[in-house]
Amino acid sequence: MAAWSGARRREAVQRNGLAALLLSPAVLLFTVFVVLPMVEAAWYSFYRWNGYGTPTQYVGLRNYWVLLRNGVFSSALLNTAMVVAVSLLVQLPLALGMALLTAKRFMGVNLFRTIFFLPYILGEVVAGLIWRFVFDDSFGLSHAIAAWLQVEPPYILADPDLAIYAILAVVVWKYFGFHMMIYIAGLQDIPREMQEAAAIDGASRFQQLRHITLPMLAPSIRLSVFFAVVGALQLFDLVMPLTGGGPANATHTMVSFQFVFGITRMDIGFGSAVGVVLFVLCVGFTAAFRRVLTRRA
Amino acid sequence: MATPSRMIRRIAVVTALAAAPLHASAETTVRWFLSESNAAETAWERDLIKTYEASHPGTKIDLMVMSGEPYKAKLTTALQSPDRPHLFYTWGGGVMYAQADAGFLKDISAEMKGAWASSLSSAAVEGLTYKGKVYGAPTRLSVVSLWYNKELFAKIGLDPANLKTYDDLLAATKAFKAAGITPFAAGGSDKWPLNVFWECLALRIGGKEAFLSAFNRSGAGFDGPDYLKAAELFKQLIDLAPFQRGYAGMTNPQAAGLFGDGQAAMYLMLNVGQIIQRTQSANQKGLEDRLGMMDFPTIPGGKGNGANYIAGLNGFLVTKDAPPEALDFLRFLTNEANEREAAKRGYFIPATKGAETEMQNPYFKQLTVQLSGAAYLQNYYDQMLGPSVGRVVNDTSADLAAGRMTPKQVGVAIQEAWDLER
Repeated sequence: MAAWSGARRREAVQRNGLAALLLSPAVLLFTVFVVLPMVEAAWYSFYRWNGYGTPTQYVGLRNYWVLLRNGVFSSALLNTAMVVAVSLLVQLPLALGMALLTAKRFMGVNLFRTIFFLPYILGEVVAGLIWRFVFDDSFGLSHAIAAWLQVEPPYILADPDLAIYAILAVVVWKYFGFHMMIYIAGLQDIPREMQEAAAIDGASRFQQLRHITLPMLAPSIRLSVFFAVVGALQLFDLVMPLTGGGPANATHTMVSFQFVFGITRMDIGFGSAVGVVLFVLCVGFTAAFRRVLTRRA
Repeated sequence: MATPSRMIRRIAVVTALAAAPLHASAETTVRWFLSESNAAETAWERDLIKTYEASHPGTKIDLMVMSGEPYKAKLTTALQSPDRPHLFYTWGGGVMYAQADAGFLKDISAEMKGAWASSLSSAAVEGLTYKGKVYGAPTRLSVVSLWYNKELFAKIGLDPANLKTYDDLLAATKAFKAAGITPFAAGGSDKWPLNVFWECLALRIGGKEAFLSAFNRSGAGFDGPDYLKAAELFKQLIDLAPFQRGYAGMTNPQAAGLFGDGQAAMYLMLNVGQIIQRTQSANQKGLEDRLGMMDFPTIPGGKGNGANYIAGLNGFLVTKDAPPEALDFLRFLTNEANEREAAKRGYFIPATKGAETEMQNPYFKQLTVQLSGAAYLQNYYDQMLGPSVGRVVNDTSADLAAGRMTPKQVGVAIQEAWDLER
């Protein structure tokens, strides 16, 4: 360290200074819009506060205690877990299958890709309203189908036990196209020579998929798993137009629970406690995920 | 075609809106939030805006109309933003108290004096008063009745006049079920249309005393015996599966349309139900002559059987930082001429003294008489108990109807939420 000459030290300071200068806009934005609100939310969560003025009524951990005992919150947690599970176990394999089918060049391939990708382009609220009409058993598509089949319409959105499955179906429909696109991009990066060499060596199509395509696709899969889980944890805008968390609060996700029980009830302290729990879950997942990734790499 | 001058004007409008608080003198925009689902009435209100704007150059009224639950959700968020409405529709009660405590509202006690105040029903003005301060002006009164379809009653050979007690109502529900007729239309996804049953039962059983005892924490609470009985009696009705199929996913306007189409025998609703069963019906006519109206049945031995009603009032609250023009428009909106006109058109039961003489709507005319002779008016629980507990109350009724809660749990859940409000 003593060997550092003055000139080298100056150079290092200059370089660090430049880095700090270039980083500052991003750091500033991140601090103002991400770090500060999070710290604030953590602070609010210890107060009974309706969101106006300064919180004054300190209640300690009461909001967290009420949250833990809240049956709707546990069902919201369960629903969110179901969304994560369905995203990983249904949506991603479906997206992968579709990607494998449409990664090759053939007549009309772009048309299929577009059709599968279209739901992702639709706004969440628009998609939710469209599906609300589809599931509407009094006047909607479901009613028409039931009438045509001459059966009683199922009223799926009105059934506290079934409505969540309607939401899961829409989630898969809405987002599988996005993951399909990630996979198509990943598939196009796999050198064709490898597949050809394996084919010449007598590898079956399944062996090619198992030993070449999937390992080479691993970075894309990790990326899409990450997006799927984080997206599932944050699911909100599709639920609100579809069910609004109902019937009987049976279809809340963590975020819709936070909105309905925190914001619309003017109970920002409680809502902040929900936010803190959600934040801890998201950060926990990301940290765990990164650990797994770095271990693999 | 976006001509250059039009483009410039558009940009100017956008800039003016963005800079509105700074340039209030150039043109004032009054933001007005309204909850309503009667298109004819909204059209009339837009006409009022035009009339007002024509005589008040420089003032623009920006009306935003939503309905019911979406309105309440939007309002709570909007109030917390700097772009909050200047005037907004209210049901009074604890929700208003919370808004006042939070400092969203403007004290207009000084303006609410003289001719303006004396033209309005003083009880209704009292309803928009909190801790001695007036925060808005009432426009209308509302009251819950049991609306029914005369034709369907005739079909099962039941005389509505004989439907006096709650047991009669249960018997009628069974008879309708047996005849393959849906007894009740209810918008279960809005939750409060289910809660109205519980409210009516609680009123009949416990009367004013039960509510005040729980509300003032002076005796038995919402987990007390009277409220338990109300939940149990509601459960008896629920066990008969009285609502239309898929009711838990339907909103109140959808249920009103169903009732207006003649697909359900009864509909427990505020007087606005008389209007929306028409406007939401397939043929825009509703039940017409087939529509009947009666009080909620009594409960033998109950403490609130007489002239007790679940009733409320509506009006417009003024928010802090509202320009003086907002108040001036509110005065115009609730003046006698306009209230009389609304009464004449049958849109609502006006809160202006004497306006009922113009009333053409026979149902509303009768309800006005009922209201003036009432022994006790119980405001809606979801408004009275504030934004947080009010929602819990609605949730419990929806959960009870869905079989996700027992009658005992209903009262316990409400009391727990109420205890957290101290």
